[in-house]
Amino acid sequence: MRLATEITLARAVGALSRRTGRGGGTTLPGKLLLRLDDAALSALALRLPEGAIVVSATNGKTTTCALAARVLGEGRTLAHNGAGANLLSGVAATLLAAHRADMALLEVDEAALPEVVRRVAPRVLALGNLFRDQLDRYGELESLAEAWRAAVAGLPASTRLVVNADDPMLGALALDRSGTVTYGVDDPAQARPSLQHAADSKYCIRCGAPYDYAAAYVGHLGDYRCPRCGHARPALTVAARSIALDGLAATAFDLVTPDGSCRVTLPLPGLYNVYNAVAAAALCHALGVPLAAIARGLEGAEPAWGRFERIAVDGKTVVLLLVKNPAGANEAVRTLLAGATPPRLALVALNDAVADGRDVSWIWDVDYEPLLAGLERVVASGGRAAELGLRFRYGGLDDAAIEVIPDLEQALDRALALTPAGGELVILPTYTAMLALRRVIAGRGHVRNFWDAA
Amino acid sequence: MSAIGGGDSGPGGDRRLVICHLYPEYLNIYADRGNIAVLSRRAAWRGIAVEVRSIGLGEDVPVGEVDLLYVGGGQDREQALVAPDIAGKADQLRAALADGTVLLAVCGGYQLLGRSYRDQAGAELPGAGILPLHTVAGPRRLIGDVLLDCELDPGDRHTVAGFENHAGRTLLDPGAEPFGRLVAGFGNDGESGFEGCRLGRALGTYLHGPLLPRNPWLADWLLVQALARRETAVPVLAPLADTFEHEAHAVAAQRARDRGGRS
Ligand SMILES: [Zn+2]
Repeated sequence: MRLATEITLARAVGALSRRTGRGGGTTLPGKLLLRLDDAALSALALRLPEGAIVVSATNGKTTTCALAARVLGEGRTLAHNGAGANLLSGVAATLLAAHRADMALLEVDEAALPEVVRRVAPRVLALGNLFRDQLDRYGELESLAEAWRAAVAGLPASTRLVVNADDPMLGALALDRSGTVTYGVDDPAQARPSLQHAADSKYCIRCGAPYDYAAAYVGHLGDYRCPRCGHARPALTVAARSIALDGLAATAFDLVTPDGSCRVTLPLPGLYNVYNAVAAAALCHALGVPLAAIARGLEGAEPAWGRFERIAVDGKTVVLLLVKNPAGANEAVRTLLAGATPPRLALVALNDAVADGRDVSWIWDVDYEPLLAGLERVVASGGRAAELGLRFRYGGLDDAAIEVIPDLEQALDRALALTPAGGELVILPTYTAMLALRRVIAGRGHVRNFWDAA
Repeated sequence: MSAIGGGDSGPGGDRRLVICHLYPEYLNIYADRGNIAVLSRRAAWRGIAVEVRSIGLGEDVPVGEVDLLYVGGGQDREQALVAPDIAGKADQLRAALADGTVLLAVCGGYQLLGRSYRDQAGAELPGAGILPLHTVAGPRRLIGDVLLDCELDPGDRHTVAGFENHAGRTLLDPGAEPFGRLVAGFGNDGESGFEGCRLGRALGTYLHGPLLPRNPWLADWLLVQALARRETAVPVLAPLADTFEHEAHAVAAQRARDRGGRS
């Protein structure tokens, strides 16, 4: 009964941490538990009657989990680390807090994935994509891909693998493991004319030749084929077809599965959210959830915090779009421009803490230019505000249109002052800048703290 | 690869520059196009017409036409794909340098311009052998903010701030001149106190971030050297109001002092 004592102790620490206001108390009990007992995580996972679902990706894992939670939360109690506590300690904390949960739905950091998978032995492992992100922390993309390959190779036979077949590295995993559920987008009308600058995996993972893309959708995600060795996207088990993008409001698509297909209207904007929805659908399909229940869950979705989240502030609307790497930023820009009135004002915030990436060079790989073309004013903020100023200056924006205000609260006030009454302020922050801005807005009583909302 | 902005050509004038970007499809990991954008814009703002060309695998260096050659960084995989090609271009690169062409090589490009790169397994990747150095992979990556002291022209001292992320330890030949001396950060090998290599108008460095936006003096130094290939008088550039540049430099320099060389 050692485990029970440790769990009680660790839970008490979490409650204390929340009460003393030292953050959300979301990972501290997990850290403590891992120190007390190395095998605790496996033991906690084993107690879940319906097992654990693990989801990872560079981009979209939070939204994919939020969507899957909508579906899977119907009729069962879920343990879900919705507060972004996605390292080993956060997973442990989530499982600890899961008093009578039927199933755990775990969002896991890309680098933490192999360790979490080894300890938790998930019932379903869903892998979404790998993009270049925080190279200062993760090292080269290829070494992360190698760690994922090894993690998949070591999965027990009982684990069902779900992969985005549109990502060449993940598509290859499906070819190597029978029974894998593949998903992707199948709508050439949504394809981009060419691969974007920030596309990461342009070369065949088997032979190094550049892929031919019948359709490229988001970064290097698409319908690829190697002209030299023939490595190609595997057949899709679950697909999104006939996609309609409705500006900043919603998307609609045919969700095609082995159980049949249906039209889904997703209340989230942008093609990248179609990927998140079809990822959630594929993992629910792998669990045997009926199509109608999947569609119902997706249609009831709400934005995850900081992901196209709208907050009313003094008669104006703040739209928060977390931006943390070139591929994600490009999709944010693409989606903003698809709105009825592309923004004329934006607040962009760049921090360089560990969670943001200490290396800020990625902002030069983002295709900001289409957004800049319509901007009358941009407020650059965060610890590396001046770098953003340079990015916009060398991107062709007039110096007079750029305001560099490193202090986030001052920048927010300035940008709100520039926003007309009833208007909308678009904010593109990195991770810690988003947390700080949300804290400022919450401090003024406009939004709850995330650990209350989670 | 698409360019940032679109300011490839400036308003008229008879001053012009040809910039050639080597392997932009392969070597572009740390926002290398930012360096090209800074060179292009700062030239255009001075009324200099700039043409940027790409040189891909199997394509020749236009010796006699090119004023500035740029080689960026890539991951190991991309670097291995271009290494044999750049080694085969050694004679062309040497001829361009003899013709007065300026060369800037960053990170992986810097390694590829040396004689060789030996990876963790002991395999040797051939380089172009233009810069007097060779590189050996180390046990862990050297990652972090960097600050350098540079004196490219005697008595004209400047600092350079950037970011480094490399597994390679680069060893300069005896007597070879570094690009700068470390104030903070790891530099070439984490031990010598040297960063980069300078050989006449050729510069190699590990610093990305990208290198040029917050080090405008260096961008202008490269432009002056490049103009000197065509102009008989010593080229002069009109000063620019570099407010954001200096602010960004100050922040990056402080980051390096606070946390460089400790990963
Ligand atoms: Zn191939």
